[in-house]
Amino acid sequence: MRFLLRRLGFFVLTLWAALTINFAIPHLLPGSPVTAMMARYHGRLNGAALQAVESALGIDTHQSLFGQYLSYLKNCATFNFGTSVANFPTPVTTIVGTAIPWTLGLVGVTTVLAFLIGTAIGSIAAWKRGGKLDSVLPPLFVVGTGLPYFWVAIMLIMVFGEVNPWLPTAFGSDNTVTTGWNSDFIGSVLQHAILPAAAILVTSIGTWVLTMRNTMVTTLAEDYVRMARAKGLPGRRIMVDYAARNSILPNLTGFAMSLGFVVSGAVLVEYVFSYPGVGYQLVQAVDNEDFPVMQCLFLVITVAVLLSVLLADIITALLDPRTRSAR
Amino acid sequence: MTNLLRAIRHNGKAAAGLFILLLFLLMALVPGLIAPGDPARITPDTSLGISGQHILGTTAFGQDIWVQVVHGARPALLIAVVSGLFATVLSVLIGVSAAYLGGVWDDVLNLFTDVVLVIPTLPLVVVIAGYFAHHSISVMIIALVVTGWSYGARQLRSQALSLRNRDFLEAAKVRGERRSYIIVFELLPNMTSLIVANFLGAALYSILTASGLEFLGLGDVNTYDWGTMLYWAQNQSALQTGGYVWAAVPGLCIALLGTAFALLNNAFDEISNPALRPVRRLRVAA
Repeated sequence: MRFLLRRLGFFVLTLWAALTINFAIPHLLPGSPVTAMMARYHGRLNGAALQAVESALGIDTHQSLFGQYLSYLKNCATFNFGTSVANFPTPVTTIVGTAIPWTLGLVGVTTVLAFLIGTAIGSIAAWKRGGKLDSVLPPLFVVGTGLPYFWVAIMLIMVFGEVNPWLPTAFGSDNTVTTGWNSDFIGSVLQHAILPAAAILVTSIGTWVLTMRNTMVTTLAEDYVRMARAKGLPGRRIMVDYAARNSILPNLTGFAMSLGFVVSGAVLVEYVFSYPGVGYQLVQAVDNEDFPVMQCLFLVITVAVLLSVLLADIITALLDPRTRSAR
Repeated sequence: MTNLLRAIRHNGKAAAGLFILLLFLLMALVPGLIAPGDPARITPDTSLGISGQHILGTTAFGQDIWVQVVHGARPALLIAVVSGLFATVLSVLIGVSAAYLGGVWDDVLNLFTDVVLVIPTLPLVVVIAGYFAHHSISVMIIALVVTGWSYGARQLRSQALSLRNRDFLEAAKVRGERRSYIIVFELLPNMTSLIVANFLGAALYSILTASGLEFLGLGDVNTYDWGTMLYWAQNQSALQTGGYVWAAVPGLCIALLGTAFALLNNAFDEISNPALRPVRRLRVAA
């Protein structure tokens, strides 16, 4: 219990830090984002829009900095993120809300898949240490971690979209099919997800393979593994129940800690494929200097990562009795 | 230091990584000798294919792709090395002091490290860059350093923790050495390989993130960096108009440089943790 409470405390603290960074950036940087936007939209921005931006960014010239901070926190707690500037007067929450399911479907599913497959490959490589698999795969995955996500995406488009026009290379689905729970739409969505998912998989799987392999190599040297061998247990059982089971916890912690990096790469992949998710919208918002949308998206991405970290912590607590014992 | 060099020579991955790195270093030092010409020069020969005159063809603006690629090595290496270096210094300062000071300091610094670690960096860097009207290399390096030190700090802290109670440090304490002396002359030399591995990891992070930012158009679009080349290639729909070389080669260079850092990083992991070395080599050594 104490472990979970501590992790919950960490979650709240990190959330607060992210909120504060989000508030501090427009306030600390030189120049006012509001005047920057006025210049960009050349007076096409009316008073109501300007006020919306100011309240979304927590900038209020009539209040002290601390007062501005408090009302900003209150707005965040009530999901009041103001209105978009580029698509005035659409509320920010509407824009962000339509983007979330796409990212959750693509990045969420692919990340979990990459973790599971990577962990499996890593444990097999460690088990057959020095074998064919172990001498070929790890160096290959080291190379994989050095590849830029967006370039892998570009190359996939080149090979499977332009040279051989086999798969769709842009957007989340065909705009000819009607959105909804029908087989045409679902098929189209799946088809559009293949290439972006492949790009994320290729570049992120290597980390899990390598950490799992390296942890398991250490675990395999433990006495209880030797004991299991001495007892004459079948190799499969030693590999899965003795070695892999004890190595998966550090890998899970590593997974939680590296999620930020994976999500960062996914932002670029979404952009390359014009996939209508959170990352693509973020880049669009930056291009349009749509600061309210930009801020809300950064918060959404951060909160998603923090929630996943918390989830990984809960799973750790369930799997590892040591974290549950009162210390 | 000689031990490190010998270890690199005996490690295939390290040797391969070092070779690629030296190749790019040569490009960065004397780009004019390898590919004479001005990477920015716009000519009427647009979108040419591979030929004797233009080894890799030309861009949609008629610029020579080979010249751009060679001249792009300098800014890419500069960003990777400078931000990798500063991030490593920050990691050492925070990670090692957390471990050595212990107590409340350790708790605070460790918590700070974890908070920075889980906040997704690229969206943060994108947001920071978004607020700057003029994008320059220095803004990018600052953003990369601020977001890139945390992973290393965590690793260095745990290694410093395991070294903290070793006999040689106790001996130094009994001798009456000052704290700063113990940290700089006793503790840090024993962490050299992990610090080097961290520098390589931070450099890898920097080159990948920086080129990602430049690709999004958040870098200085007037320099000829590989990420910026990809930005212009995407901007001019190179893939849709058959400009495959323009879209492929700059990314290949980023990937190669990234791979060089990743290979060296992995090799240093093996050097600092002998348990991870390939089995065959262990047998030869025995």
